[in-house]
Amino acid sequence: MVLHNKKLAALCLAVLVLLFALQFVLSSYMILAATRILILAVFAMGYNMLMGYTGLLSLGHAMFFAAGVYASGMVTYYFGVSLPLAFLIGILGAFAASLIIGLLVLRTQTVSFMIVTLMFAQAAYLTTLYFSRYTGGDQGLTLPTSARSFRLFGQILDMTSDLTRYNIAFAVFAVTLIGLYLITQGPIGRLFVAVRENEDRTRMLGFDTYRIKLVAFTVSGTVSGMAGALYGLMFGFVGSSFAAFQTSIEALLYTLIGGPGTLLGPLLGTTVMTMLIDRLSGLTTAYLVVIGVLLIVVTLWFPAGILGTIRNRWLPWLK
Amino acid sequence: MAEVKLLRTQGLARHFDGIKAVDGVDFTLHQGEIRAIIGPNGAGKSTFVGLLSGRIKPSAGRVEFAGRDVTGLPAHKRVRMGLAYTFQITNIYKEMTVLENVAIAAQNRLRPNMLRRNPGGEAEIERLASEAARSVGLGEMLGETAGTLAYGHQRLVEVAMGLAQSPRLLILDEPTQGLSDGEIANFNAVVRKVSETATVLLIEHNMDVVMALADRITVLDQGRVLAEGTPAEITASAAVQAAYLGEPA
Repeated sequence: MVLHNKKLAALCLAVLVLLFALQFVLSSYMILAATRILILAVFAMGYNMLMGYTGLLSLGHAMFFAAGVYASGMVTYYFGVSLPLAFLIGILGAFAASLIIGLLVLRTQTVSFMIVTLMFAQAAYLTTLYFSRYTGGDQGLTLPTSARSFRLFGQILDMTSDLTRYNIAFAVFAVTLIGLYLITQGPIGRLFVAVRENEDRTRMLGFDTYRIKLVAFTVSGTVSGMAGALYGLMFGFVGSSFAAFQTSIEALLYTLIGGPGTLLGPLLGTTVMTMLIDRLSGLTTAYLVVIGVLLIVVTLWFPAGILGTIRNRWLPWLK
Repeated sequence: MAEVKLLRTQGLARHFDGIKAVDGVDFTLHQGEIRAIIGPNGAGKSTFVGLLSGRIKPSAGRVEFAGRDVTGLPAHKRVRMGLAYTFQITNIYKEMTVLENVAIAAQNRLRPNMLRRNPGGEAEIERLASEAARSVGLGEMLGETAGTLAYGHQRLVEVAMGLAQSPRLLILDEPTQGLSDGEIANFNAVVRKVSETATVLLIEHNMDVVMALADRITVLDQGRVLAEGTPAEITASAAVQAAYLGEPA
């Protein structure tokens, strides 16, 4: 098999080694923060697949994150399904949701696409509230103690241990990074970028662009849902807030800051923004104002994000 | 050579809010020929090839390509059948390199389904792409970002993208617009080479190019076929002169 973009592959590998080594140096508070960052970065990477590479700006990815959260969390809560199986069910749920919704929303473009994805996501959010008898609504459901650990290959993995959680999050992150590397680099990845750059031309070169967009949408939604399933199971909580509009915006924000259409941008964006919010919220309650100003600055002067700007100026392989 | 009909239209029409851009055109293209379509501005040339390629849906009539009715077929499937289209307004991937632009075009033939691997492999895609780029004279610029090239070179990228598909029919919509004389001479040579393996349909304003290349010429005027014949017949036609050639450039 051909390895495309070897420099990027080397960089990804270095990042993975670095992330793995972090657990030996960080404090347990920072380990927890890093765990969250890794999971949210997976969410943003899923989002980036659609927004960054394929050029479709969705405002409704909270619904796929939440699809993963609910599909995995509820089978555990109500049927006592083991965590690994629940995780797979979460991924499957997000896959089904994104495929079906993708078939519908991809009939629209640009602004209508944003509005329709937002509509679907709000409908999903309201649904979780409406059926609060089962979903727990705003209050959410806290997974029982029995669902806080599982046995895998003879090992008991405890979801209340910081290091166990970190390593699981790291493993899922690594698999996602490698998977998205294979999808986005080389001839297949070129088709997603071709749709982003010039859809009409791509159609007139003999490609079914609707199908290309559907693949991107489904991969994007499934990865987002995988992050959701991991988040819910790992922290033992399922709630409507995951399906709220703010969740969609977070994915957009992380991707924009880090660099849309770059493989490592979402990780960087998630790290920067999570740390920033963490520090700022300790200083002032008005931290969202600062975030808002920052977002405006980035959009006006660095629309390609941190890694995107570096790519455009110095490192063309950083994509 | 037997006259094989590659493309045929019957009563092909397209109306835009009451304006008859294309108004009942019967048109036949034989395999292997170089056909030019000429006509004054607004004659419906671009709309007509838009109908052939499937970018525009007809109001009436039918299109047959390679013996098959393709009237209801979406554009990308017609391209897959070997009907390549190059745009009048340069329409390339400006952010990508020249080679990447042409590789995407070559990819459709070698990798018809994005989820399936092709037997020839990626090396084959690259090889075909650079070959197509070289044949239009872009061999030195494979690694350059397409959007930064001079306009004439961008047009050649467009043509190379058509070639890389190894089409049965190559539709060139005003390909020499904005090219220098030297580039036009090179372009003529490219088209002659292409016509050894493909049929060429050329929409062109530059009469020197038309006269140098075309086996036959079809003249469109106000959405209808005004005349059709060899370059000599068209030059001699009084009707054509009145409608078109007689007009000041």
